Amino acid sequence: MNRGNSPSPAAPIVSMDKVNKHFGDLHVLKDIDLTIAPGEVVVVIGASGSGKSTLIRCINGLEEFQAGHIEVDGNELLPNGRSSRALQKIRTEVGMVFQQFNLFPHLKVRDNVTLAPMKVRGWSRDDAIETAERLLARVGIADQADKYPSQLSGGQQQRVALARALAMEPRLMLFDEPTSALDPEMIGEVLDAMRELAREGMTMIIVTHEMGFAREVADRVVFIHQGEIVEQAAPDALFDAPRHERTQNFLSRVLKH
Amino acid sequence: MDVTFQFDWEAAFASIPFLLKGIPYTLLISFGGLAIGFLIGILFGLLRISPIVWLRVPAIAYIEIFRGTPVLVQVLFIFYGLPQILGGPINALVAGIAAIAVNSGAYISEIVRGGVQSIERGQREASLSLGLSRTQAFRYVIWPQALRRMIPPLGNQGIISIKDTSLFSVIGVGELVRQGQVYIATTFNALEVYLMVAFLYLVITLSLSFALRLLERKGLVGQ
Repeated sequence: MNRGNSPSPAAPIVSMDKVNKHFGDLHVLKDIDLTIAPGEVVVVIGASGSGKSTLIRCINGLEEFQAGHIEVDGNELLPNGRSSRALQKIRTEVGMVFQQFNLFPHLKVRDNVTLAPMKVRGWSRDDAIETAERLLARVGIADQADKYPSQLSGGQQQRVALARALAMEPRLMLFDEPTSALDPEMIGEVLDAMRELAREGMTMIIVTHEMGFAREVADRVVFIHQGEIVEQAAPDALFDAPRHERTQNFLSRVLKH
Repeated sequence: MDVTFQFDWEAAFASIPFLLKGIPYTLLISFGGLAIGFLIGILFGLLRISPIVWLRVPAIAYIEIFRGTPVLVQVLFIFYGLPQILGGPINALVAGIAAIAVNSGAYISEIVRGGVQSIERGQREASLSLGLSRTQAFRYVIWPQALRRMIPPLGNQGIISIKDTSLFSVIGVGELVRQGQVYIATTFNALEVYLMVAFLYLVITLSLSFALRLLERKGLVGQ
């Protein structure tokens, strides 16, 4: 279901320009240039510690960067966190799903989903609840709304996290290894929900180790190694005929087992 | 040697009405002081983890000073020392409440700091990623969770402070111990009366423990 990977003539929703990040002496991101078109599904792959999570966390300002420039839907992020106004706007437009779900354990499932729309968007309680119930139904857990997160399985919790992010009606969704903390039998249900979202045209940037899913859903796959984008291409091209030795090495290690 | 001492139950029970008159003072000093101490603790506990140095340093100084000196010295300083600066006497009850407030406030600051810092980073990140401001993230996500984790150590502090008020007999507040001392001065039943005093403290502290256990059980839902 590729929708083509040629750069869209429409304005990109994300553009990263020579982004550099350091953790002390460690150079985590090196001259990252990356452009995402509206509606595009981009999967970022790479070894652990390669900087792929850091990369997407820079897009919604959970990580600061030291040099370069990021623009998200017309809002400009500056180095060293010098852009709190834009950051706030970006975060209301960009949803994120985390590896560890990060649901709010003191709130019921329904209240997890309604909190941000009510407090940030100023929706009425009724509107927020209506949206929450629609989204929970969409990810297949309408009957769990009155439970607390700890009463749900990992797969259900991650689907709540997805509904929670979607309730803000984001223009872009970031996924930071959304299935890495799940038991194997629950990975499928989360990937199904993401697949459905991609089909509906959501712009998505996904960090994952699920190569089969990447091949199936991605418009473009980006391979990152030691903080650098080594190669990016349509999934068939990247998985079947990687051009760089580093990509070949990485793929031979992850695809073998 | 005379070993025919008899515990005088009648004298013990007879002292109770007089001792009970001390309970309102004990409760007022304890809970008045703790309520103010809780507010101080929230304020200084949060200042303690502020990224801004000139907010953090005064908070650390306050905590170390009032945690590192005896509450008895603090109440003596307030009751006998401060009037020399203020130029007028301080009511003993007010001095007692103030001493419990600043003393428990120092400990509660550390409880607040520990509670807030115990909340996983991901909670804040998830809140911010949804567009909540840092203040909203604290108010709706971090603080309610931290408060639940703070209940057991707050209960400890409450019990300690209730018992600390027994020291304030030295400034003449008519709290429980003071009432006991006054009673014994006329009846000489030290054994019976102090046993009753101890028993009444136990009733207060056990009630608090029980109330907090209920609160904790209620608070544990969803954790």
